[in-house]
Amino acid sequence: MKAKYITLTALSFLFLLCSGFKRKNKNATTHLAIHFKNFVGNQPLKLNDSLNAYSNANGDDFYLTTFKFYVSNFVLTKTNGETVTVPESYFLINAADASSMDIELPEVPAGKYKAISFIIGVDSLRNFAGAQTGCLDPAKGMFWTWKSGYIFVKLEGASSKSTSKKNRLTFHIGGAISPDNTIRHFEQELPKKLKVKEGGHPQIDIAVDAAALFKGKTTVDFSKLNFTMGGPNSVIVADNYEQGLFTVTDVKK
Amino acid sequence: MKLLVVFTLCIAVICSVAMRIPARNKEYSADSTQFIVPANFPQPVYRFTNNNLSDAGFLLGKKLFYDPLLSKDKTIACSNCHQPFAAFANLDHPVSHGVDECLGTRNAPALFNLAWQKEFMWDGGVKHIEVSPLNAITSTCEMASSLDTITERLKATKPYPELFHNAFGDGDINSQKMLRALAQFTSMLVSAASKYDKHIRHEAGGEFTNEEEQGYQLYRFHCSACHAEPLFTDLTYRNNGLDEISEDPGRDTITNNPDDKGKFKVPSLRNIELTSPYMHDGRFTTLEEVLAHYNSGVKNNANLDSLLKQNGRRGIALTQDEQKQLIVFLKTLTDHEFVNDKRFQQEQ
Repeated sequence: MKAKYITLTALSFLFLLCSGFKRKNKNATTHLAIHFKNFVGNQPLKLNDSLNAYSNANGDDFYLTTFKFYVSNFVLTKTNGETVTVPESYFLINAADASSMDIELPEVPAGKYKAISFIIGVDSLRNFAGAQTGCLDPAKGMFWTWKSGYIFVKLEGASSKSTSKKNRLTFHIGGAISPDNTIRHFEQELPKKLKVKEGGHPQIDIAVDAAALFKGKTTVDFSKLNFTMGGPNSVIVADNYEQGLFTVTDVKK
Repeated sequence: MKLLVVFTLCIAVICSVAMRIPARNKEYSADSTQFIVPANFPQPVYRFTNNNLSDAGFLLGKKLFYDPLLSKDKTIACSNCHQPFAAFANLDHPVSHGVDECLGTRNAPALFNLAWQKEFMWDGGVKHIEVSPLNAITSTCEMASSLDTITERLKATKPYPELFHNAFGDGDINSQKMLRALAQFTSMLVSAASKYDKHIRHEAGGEFTNEEEQGYQLYRFHCSACHAEPLFTDLTYRNNGLDEISEDPGRDTITNNPDDKGKFKVPSLRNIELTSPYMHDGRFTTLEEVLAHYNSGVKNNANLDSLLKQNGRRGIALTQDEQKQLIVFLKTLTDHEFVNDKRFQQEQ
C-alpha cells in the first residue's frame, strides 16, 4: 500500500519536472537577421543631398527627402520545399533611421533554406483590422486617415522636372482594394543555401533600389507623374517596383 | 501519507497549467458596461475583438471623447461637433467647426449604432470603428493634432495614466489603447428605444396613432429601399440629386470611380428630429425642406440614383398631407432615452 503511494508521489514529481522542461526540448530555433541597404541605381541612397542629384530612367534629375516602406508576412522555403511562415512579421524600414535597416525574424526553425518571400506593404486583412501598435501604429505617419489603409512605400523629394509646387515629388503608394490594389510580393531564390542552426548567426543581405519605382513596366516622366496617393498612378508605380525594388545580395551563416 | 499524495498531485497540476497559460487580461464579465444587441437588430459588425469591453475602458473612452486635450490648442473635443443632445451630431452647424475658427466641408454625422457600420464617414473611406477618430484628430481644419502629441499629453496628465492602467493593464499609453478606449465608448452608443422600436417590439408606449401608422406605411413604400429598417440605412452610397453637378466628389474620392461622383452614404433616419441640419453639406435645416427636395427639388445629376427617377419623373411624388404624415412618423424615431442616457453624458 505504502509503495503505491510512494510510486504515485514519484510520478507526480516526474510529471512536474517534465512539464517544466518541455519547452526546452522543442525543435531548435534561432533569430534570422536581415540587413537592408538602400540604393538609387548603383549609388548608395543619401537623403536631402540636393547637390548630388540622382537621375531616373527617363533622365530626370531628382533628390530624396523621405524613403520609407513596409515589408511583412515573411515566408522561408527549405531546400526540401517545406515553407516556414514567420508569424506577426511586420517591419517599417526608414532611410532616415539607420537602426530600422536591420530586422530580425525570431524563432526560425533550424534547417537549410533556399528562398525567401515577403509582402511589399501590409496584407489586406491588417489594413482594415482596427487600431494597431508597434511599427503599424498610425502615429508612424504611414496610415491614411481619410481612406483607411497603410502607405506601403513612401518616397518624397524634388525634381527640376516636377510641375508640382516647389518641384516636389510625392509618391505615397498604398491601397489594398481592387482595382487599385498595390499589395505586391517579393520572392527570390537565395544566391546560396542558408543554414539555420541553434547558436548560429544567419543573415540575409537585401539591396533596395529606390529608382525601381520609376522604371520597369512604365518609365516615369516626372513632368507627367510627380504626385500619387493611392489610385491608378500608385498601381503603375507598384507594378514597377514589384520587379527590382529588392535583390538578395548575400547570405551569411 | 494520502494527504501528501493529494497535495503533490495538486501542485503538479497547478504548476503545469500555470506554465502553459500565458498571462491573460483581467476578466471583465462582472462589469456593468455590457453591449446588448436589441431584439429587432441584426448582429453587429464590431465584436470588440482584442478590445474587451469594461467599465474602465468605457469610462476612459468617454473621458477622452469629452476632452479638448485631444486637439492642437486644447479647445476642441470630439463632443464639440458630436453633441449628446443632438444624438451626437452638430446642431445648427452645416459643416464642422474646428480649431482656429476653421470650417470644414462636411456635416458632422450623428453617432449611434456605430457597431453595425462596416464603413465610416460620408464617403465610407474609413473601414474600422477604432480608426474612425483619426480623421478629425489629424485634420488641420478640425482638431489639427497628432497621435504622438496626444499620447505625450496623456502620459503627463493625471488621472490618465491611472485610467489607462485600470483599463488596459501595464505598459505605456499608446495610440492603440486610446483608440480602443474611444471605440468602447462610441460602440456603446446604441439607439434602439424610440417609439418606433417599442412599436416593432410590441412594448408599452409603442402604440402608433393613426397618423404615425399612415406615415410608417408611406415610409415603407417610398423610403425604405435606401433607409432600410432597422438601422434606417442600407449602408450604401447614393446620389440623391442635390445638384446637377456635384461640388463634393463624395464616394469617388475613395473609389476613383466617376460613377461614384457625388454619392454619399445613406444616413440613418433615426433621431432625425434632433440632427438638423441635413445632407452631407448641411444645406437643409428642416425636415419639411428635405421632403420638399425629394418631392420637387431632385436635380438631374449624371449619377442620380435610379430609385429617384421612376415612372418618368424625378424624385418621389408626395402630397402635402403625405409629407406631414411622414414627418409625424419620422419623429417616432427619436430616442429620448438614448439622448438622455446618463452613461453617455459628460461626468461632472
